[in-house]
Amino acid sequence: MHASVRPAVSLNITPSQTGAIGREPIAALPMRMNISELNFFYGPKQVLFDIGMGVAASKVTALIGPSGCGKSTLLRTLNRMHETVRNARLKGEILLDGQSILAQDVTQLRRRVGMVFQRPNPFPKSIFENVAYGLRINGSKLPISEAVEKSLRHAALWDEVKDHLQKSAYELSGGQQQRLCIARALAVEPEVLLLDEPCSALDPISTAKIEELLVQLKDLCTIVTVTHNMQQAARISDFTAFLLTGQLIEFSPTPQLFTTPGDARTEAYITGRFG
Amino acid sequence: MAATTSVPSASPISGSRSFVRRLREGDEVARLITFLFAVSVVLVTLLLIFALWQGSALARHKFGLQFFFTRVWDPIAEQFGALPFIYGTLMTATVSLVIAVPLGIGAAIFLAELASARLSDALEFFIDLLAAVPSVIYGLLGVFIVVPLMRDYVQPGLKATLGFLPLFSGPAYGVGFLTAGIVLAIMVIPYIISVSREVLMSVPRDQREAALGLGSTRWESTWKVVVPFARTGIMGSIFLALARALGETMAVTMVIGNTPTISASLFSPGYTIAAVIANEFTEATGDLYLQALVELGLVLFLLTFLLNGLARLLIVITSQRGSGTAHA
Amino acid sequence: MSPRLRWRKFVSGFMLAMTGVCALVAVSVLFFILGYLVYHGGTSINWSFFTKLPTPVGETGGGMANAIVGSAKLLLAASLLGVPIGFLGAIYLAEFSGSKVAFVVRYAADLLNGVPSIVIGIFAYSLVVLPFKHFSTLAGGFALGLMMVPITLRSTEEFLLAVPRALREAAMALGASKWKTIVTVIVPAAYRGILTAVLLAFARVAGETAPLLFTAFGNRYWSPGWNQPTASLPVMIFTYAVAPYEDWHRQAWAAGLVLLGLILVINIVARAILARGIAVPRA
Repeated sequence: MHASVRPAVSLNITPSQTGAIGREPIAALPMRMNISELNFFYGPKQVLFDIGMGVAASKVTALIGPSGCGKSTLLRTLNRMHETVRNARLKGEILLDGQSILAQDVTQLRRRVGMVFQRPNPFPKSIFENVAYGLRINGSKLPISEAVEKSLRHAALWDEVKDHLQKSAYELSGGQQQRLCIARALAVEPEVLLLDEPCSALDPISTAKIEELLVQLKDLCTIVTVTHNMQQAARISDFTAFLLTGQLIEFSPTPQLFTTPGDARTEAYITGRFG
Repeated sequence: MAATTSVPSASPISGSRSFVRRLREGDEVARLITFLFAVSVVLVTLLLIFALWQGSALARHKFGLQFFFTRVWDPIAEQFGALPFIYGTLMTATVSLVIAVPLGIGAAIFLAELASARLSDALEFFIDLLAAVPSVIYGLLGVFIVVPLMRDYVQPGLKATLGFLPLFSGPAYGVGFLTAGIVLAIMVIPYIISVSREVLMSVPRDQREAALGLGSTRWESTWKVVVPFARTGIMGSIFLALARALGETMAVTMVIGNTPTISASLFSPGYTIAAVIANEFTEATGDLYLQALVELGLVLFLLTFLLNGLARLLIVITSQRGSGTAHA
Repeated sequence: MSPRLRWRKFVSGFMLAMTGVCALVAVSVLFFILGYLVYHGGTSINWSFFTKLPTPVGETGGGMANAIVGSAKLLLAASLLGVPIGFLGAIYLAEFSGSKVAFVVRYAADLLNGVPSIVIGIFAYSLVVLPFKHFSTLAGGFALGLMMVPITLRSTEEFLLAVPRALREAAMALGASKWKTIVTVIVPAAYRGILTAVLLAFARVAGETAPLLFTAFGNRYWSPGWNQPTASLPVMIFTYAVAPYEDWHRQAWAAGLVLLGLILVINIVARAILARGIAVPRA
């Protein structure tokens, strides 16, 4: 998908005409998460500058940008996964349903905000036990086997594995393993699901399956996904945020960002001039 | 000479340069000399196995398999049975592992998961030094510090609380299986710690992160995900420790009591294969006596050979799994 | 926070603290050992310890001069045997051999490494004591040297292999023969690791007692030459510690302090040498 050749659009476009450019949250849609004045440091080095954006509930939000722009770093702050790194520091505010995620217990937070990683990383356990893991430690309202089946169905994996639940997760193909990881994350019924380039290690067919899955899942939970594949972002997301060297350059509804980007840098990126 | 980027090969380099030229430049000579030294390692190993086999021939023929099941060790009547020593060796090794494994894995978890890189390296440095302390020094401390401690405090304490168990019954003199097991535990802990620490550190980060991302506490992610991922390598470290414990001589013989007894009580004095060889080899009168001791040495050799082989296999399997080339 | 979560967090904190305790216990053992040795043996280290011979049984005084010299001779013999075999064998493995031969040699070395030291003693006895019908320094040196071989061999091989390919190719491109390349380029590049390997092997056998019990055996007097049984520091410690004389116990502590001090210093120096090296793998 290419942006047609047009003169650069000026930044003076009112929100009412185009939705939103920049930092204002999109009016009228409920926000599951809100990020404001987020600055992030690894030791003395600052990698995120003054990020502010909202994550709309039950929608897919994509974070795009060239390598090293900070999109994965931003994603990982949303479930405080950055705290596993020793000298990572965060300044600013991140709200989940109006409450600061930094103030609440991190174990509880991570149950509400789940994560799927770039490379499929199932535990060295059976398929069943992988999905059941989160249920066993957090407790489950349903009986575990029911909850496992439910998650596997949501992840469009049930039919493929229902007769092999006791087999090792490593016997699955790459695409299946990634869907297993999605099922594992869904099992604890998170409100938000974060996905960090979930298809970059997969073949095109598996990628297509997962993209289809993500669009279906937004009824279940809010989705935020990092992707380096612009076409993917354009296909599946409702909102897209473009980052460059740690700054949020543009944040708009997806169709708008890809057809009439507000910033020259966005346009340069999506037309492939760099990145 | 094959002046290419290929791996040095053993086959003679054909073509480019003549044999005489190679000879003059010393390469063939160098190759031959270093080959002889390398092969001498193989020869000496084979010779060792042969010496053990031959040196125990008399005893093997006289006692056969019964050697392993006879309790009697009577040099005067020329009756030699290995059972008390096998029992003692296994008993002390078991006690040492019961103590060393939880302590060692716990410490390894701390070093791999909790400590900062600098602290972890610093502590590992001390652990490596601990591994370098010779057996006789442990024996020295065993005799003068541990044995009195056991005799005056620990054993009476155990008797008072758990004396109804056969494990803690009988007279307690300070020496015995328990004391030897404790000293051995201290000696093998560094091996469990260093190997386990390394395998834990090689578990891919995203395993831990996946567990945390599902709302695990730090302990849950470590104990339920990271440690199971590394379990094969940790087993390998335990086998390594066991092999070390089986072959330990000096520290054990100084604190075990040196009596060929088979007893359920941990307070009882006992004997191990290595200890009896150490004590009686130079006193052995007569060929049968000596060869029975050599046969014990052969048994010990085989035991440690098997364990070390298993250990290395397990450690290799873990490192393969970590890099994703093998399935769980 | 639900009670269940509170409990889980408590367990987490508690268990993690326990692992810290385990690490503390393990590391503190080293300091306990050193502490006891210094406390009990420190005062007995004096000039006579280093210069006098042992006195007759039951008499006080005397030292371990013969044991110190004996250990030095044993270690010299061991090094003369173990280091060349290990070093040159490693050069063969790293530079000349094919994979099959290399596998067999490495396997044999690993096997040898795992043999309990008492069994090495039996082997040395049958090879060097039995034929000559007496104990000797040579036999003890042989046993210890054998133990040095696997450590030296495997470590040296590792460090030789770690020398960057670019270095070898540069020398070869200049027309140097294989042997010249090894001597002038590869070995010097790996020298830190090799030196460390040798020192660690040395420290390892310096403390060995079991293999000496029936090879070098022991001696209350000086042992001239290489064909007589000789006293050694580790065996003296053992003999004195299990004997009933207070004075001997005192000397055993002193000897233990000297022995451990020597071994620890060598270990620390070896690791320091390695640590300052660039781009060499960990031992």
